[in-house]
Amino acid sequence: MPIHYSQDENNIVTLTFDGAGSVKVINLEFLRELDAHVSRLTLDESLKGVILTSAKDTFVAGADIDMLYGATDAAQVFQVTQAFKATLRKLEMLGKPVVAALNGSALGGGFEIALACQHRIALNKPKAQFGFPEVTLGVLPAGGGITRMVRLFGLQTALPYMIEGTRLNVHEALDAGWIDEIVAMNGITTPDELMEHARAWIHANPRIEQPWDRDGYRIPGGDPRRPQVMSQILPIAPAMLRAKTHRNYPAPEAILSAAVEGAMVNFETATRIESRYFAQLVTSQTAKNMMTAFWYQLNAIKAGKSRPKSEKREAKDEKREARGERREARDEKREARGERREARGERREARDEKREARDEKREARGERQETRKLGVLGAGFMGHGIAYASTMAGIDVVMKDVSQERADAGKQKIAALLDERVARGKVSKEQKGNILARIHATENVIDLAGCDLIIEAVFEDRAVKASVIRETGNVIGASVIFGSNTSTLPITSLAAYSERPENFVGIHFFSPVHKMPLVEIIRGKQTSDAAIAKAFDYVLKIGKTPIVVNDSRGFYTSRVFGMYVGEGMALLAEGQHPRAIESAGIAAGMAVGPLAVSDEVNIALIWHIREQTRKDFAAEGKTLPSDPSDHVVDFMVNKVKRTGKLQGAGFYEYPSDAKKFLWRELQKYFPPSDTELPQTEMVDRLLFVQALETARCFQEGVLTSSADANIGSIFGWSFAPYSGGTLQYINAYGVEKFVARARELANKYGERFRPPELLVEKARKGETL
Amino acid sequence: MPNEAYIYDAVRTPRGRGKSDGALYEVQPVDLLATLLRALQERNRLDTSEVEDVIVGCVTPLAEQGGVIARSAVLHAGWDMSVPGVQLDRFCASGLEAVNSAAMQVRSGWHALVVAGGVESMSRLPMGSDGGAWFMDPRVNLETGFVPQGISADLIATLEGFTRDDVDRYALQSQQRAAYAQANGYFKSRLPVRDQNGLTILDRDEHIRANTTLEKLGSLAPAFEMVGVMGFDAVALDRYPKLERIEHVHTAGNSSGIVDGAALLLIGSKEAGERLGLKPRARIVSAAIVGTEPTIMLTGPAPASKKALAKAGMNVSDVDLFEVNEAFAVVPLRFARDMGLDGTENVNVNGGAIAMGHPLGATGAMLLGTLLDELERTDLETGLVTLCVGGGMGIATVVERV
Repeated sequence: MPIHYSQDENNIVTLTFDGAGSVKVINLEFLRELDAHVSRLTLDESLKGVILTSAKDTFVAGADIDMLYGATDAAQVFQVTQAFKATLRKLEMLGKPVVAALNGSALGGGFEIALACQHRIALNKPKAQFGFPEVTLGVLPAGGGITRMVRLFGLQTALPYMIEGTRLNVHEALDAGWIDEIVAMNGITTPDELMEHARAWIHANPRIEQPWDRDGYRIPGGDPRRPQVMSQILPIAPAMLRAKTHRNYPAPEAILSAAVEGAMVNFETATRIESRYFAQLVTSQTAKNMMTAFWYQLNAIKAGKSRPKSEKREAKDEKREARGERREARDEKREARGERREARGERREARDEKREARDEKREARGERQETRKLGVLGAGFMGHGIAYASTMAGIDVVMKDVSQERADAGKQKIAALLDERVARGKVSKEQKGNILARIHATENVIDLAGCDLIIEAVFEDRAVKASVIRETGNVIGASVIFGSNTSTLPITSLAAYSERPENFVGIHFFSPVHKMPLVEIIRGKQTSDAAIAKAFDYVLKIGKTPIVVNDSRGFYTSRVFGMYVGEGMALLAEGQHPRAIESAGIAAGMAVGPLAVSDEVNIALIWHIREQTRKDFAAEGKTLPSDPSDHVVDFMVNKVKRTGKLQGAGFYEYPSDAKKFLWRELQKYFPPSDTELPQTEMVDRLLFVQALETARCFQEGVLTSSADANIGSIFGWSFAPYSGGTLQYINAYGVEKFVARARELANKYGERFRPPELLVEKARKGETL
Repeated sequence: MPNEAYIYDAVRTPRGRGKSDGALYEVQPVDLLATLLRALQERNRLDTSEVEDVIVGCVTPLAEQGGVIARSAVLHAGWDMSVPGVQLDRFCASGLEAVNSAAMQVRSGWHALVVAGGVESMSRLPMGSDGGAWFMDPRVNLETGFVPQGISADLIATLEGFTRDDVDRYALQSQQRAAYAQANGYFKSRLPVRDQNGLTILDRDEHIRANTTLEKLGSLAPAFEMVGVMGFDAVALDRYPKLERIEHVHTAGNSSGIVDGAALLLIGSKEAGERLGLKPRARIVSAAIVGTEPTIMLTGPAPASKKALAKAGMNVSDVDLFEVNEAFAVVPLRFARDMGLDGTENVNVNGGAIAMGHPLGATGAMLLGTLLDELERTDLETGLVTLCVGGGMGIATVVERV
């Protein structure tokens, strides 16, 4: 039974959310049951008040994503949404005080339920979160959330929370007025105290209405009908949104529209407008893309889908799955009987606890590879970044460089990063001290003894890497895993410098390390499962997202990202307007235009990688095929010596006192073409070239999971997030249509657009990636 | 030989009750227009860049209905950016004024293809909320002898001797005719309004009360008695000194309903129609606009109609069907009398604004579409649309099927 109904001697009814699963989510069963209880409340004349709370750790975590992902019929979505709202409206119109006793996080639909209560009291739980994450999955708060937030706080205050999907902790929520009270006695509170407060409030407020149901109510800050108030805000709000999203995200637009349109009409109509936009969003391709990537695939990655499993564990997993199936079967029977459910629920919880205990034991047996002391080679930009991110996660770090000076300089940089966080109030001075104390900066290789993981982040040069790999290998224990932070050098070739290539793994960080969420783990030919597992668990521990790929030149991320940069240059070489190329990149949903990002990566580095590749090819007796970007790279590096942002001159000019702007002479050297391509054509080229290279990575076995491909592209180099990632982009486009369009592009612009056999095959079979 | 102006298409939305419980209250007026613009485009496979202007009547052009809603609607509907738009206001005549202006532009040869019609969301922007010198400026108010239209309607009833029973019977006829027409699918130019998901918001005229009776109508209180007693009766009696008093016969039941809606027509030259492969439905024969005494205000339809007929060299007997806006029941009754018609046999044969409502800026265009549908259904030739207009004006348009 997902919701318990209990009435005390004072005729206060408590509805307690409960039921299967560790997290309470809103699904059809929950909605039906909530409505049944609320309907019962409307008939109860002796009712004094109502308390909503949860028996779980969270209050309500939001809608069941499976339900949203599976929704395809707008009419049905509209009807279910309207029914949910009708339930909440009945609840807030009972004429009796209704309190949300928030014993934990209330997100999305969970917080919308709380908003339909006249009073919100929260338990003082540091980890509890409140807010509207809907937008991050391409939908909107459709349980009356937009309508009530606008009526509580006004358009200007309410909109950013919902458009940005901001989550507040309990104190922020109190300050923002989202909740009315925090229950905290001597810093420690119990759910019982929470309930006492709720009851006390009910006794003190026997008759209460929502503000918007009182006579003379006006939306705070004015409504769109009073242009003297709103004329400053309404015209510019869509512009501010467009500046961020370039119209690639329907959800924030719909949130803005539903809020503004809703503010012009009465409450019921406003909620209906909200439902219509929701039905449109939830059935849209963009929402499915975002749910695929940011829910299913990201969760799968975090759950260790790409992490090698020990044999024992695998067998156990299978058993557990089988047990799960049996349990489901039993559940069905149990529901049919409808008996003794609760007693068994308790037993199930007990079982959950046992399982947790088992997990801990398993880790003790070494199945989860804990990193306790990390050795970082190189205290430069990447090295100290890795050290910083690791100490923040509680790992002791030995940071070694060629001299004590350089090692100390790296530690200074970390101190500076910490100072920023202290200034923003995120870290206390004391914490800063503790964090720094965990970093041992040294020039002595011997200090690395005792580390259980080594990551080298020295200069991207084969000889330099070879030397540190050998030097370190002599000091560290035989079982210590060695990770190399290279972005381009094949791992298998680097592993050759190690005496224990099975312990050698690629751990590719992105720059700046402390801001970038992705780490690409690369499996060399001889890399062991244990090494991958160690790297994987370490990446999760420092709060980043690991993807696992097989060795290849540029691995996955650099290889595909390079195609974006290259296509931008190809367009320039063809004589497309440089600004139009950059705008097309932004319109495509990329964070930065291809020329600007080339400057940031550094064009000399691009040249260097290409030449290295050429040499490696030659050594294998092969010839590196020419690319339309070659001429541009050569010209920028050798002819005009404008290599990028670092040098203050690249495709852009970098005046010290003003914003960068495109070098005015570009069109002199790359004269305008007679054929000006429409933006849509350039957008297609920029995205297709990346999607196609990803498909090739898949075909070659560099990538083995679509989750790694999609999440890697979005977290790694900000590939158009609305698309759901490089492979989901193909799915959403329609594989067959994509193949046809790719062929068209290949015939016009070159073989880099020729769809790989794998895609052609998928298209023929009607399969997705 | 001047150019002729043809009607190639006519579409309208259903009329939703003009209150917050009305179905179209949730719909932005710009969406009402965009719905119709897209329909015109689809139904006629129209290259929208051929349209030289979009003229939209709107009486309360404020807030979401303001700011030249015609141009906003053109862009919102995804029409070619070369299509301009203009909003005009001639009170209740606005929708027909738009049509007449379009016809004049086409007949002058200056424009080849024009969209004309109107929109009004009375649930969102209540009547009168735009103000105006006529009633808000005390000098103009006094000079013009301003009274609300309901007083004018009661004044006509008093002068003409129409009793409460007469006007209620007329109202009942409007309801019955409209209900019958709706039940039998006569409103061919009416299109459903749908949401962004394609879900129907409204597909019928919401204001019709098919089950009303004379008794029910008779039980309604006079709507304008109180303001009459407070002073407006005195204004009317000052202007009509032979009257003893004003008989307050008009009620919510025999006056036009407050509703939301929009209507558009596609009007163009013969040549433009041929070039674009459009089939003309009717020719706009003539049009007229007149001013009349402002206190009685609502007597314009007859002089306007006579003027329009005279321009066309036609007689009243040449007209097969009349659409006279039912602002109040006395308006068509007085019109029939003024024009020498035999009752309202050929007037508003499918009901009117008493049953279906009067979305101010859109009504004139709606009536023309309704008239065309009925001429085609009954295979008749000639029709006349006329409306009384605030401030004491009248408008009329004569059309002929081709």
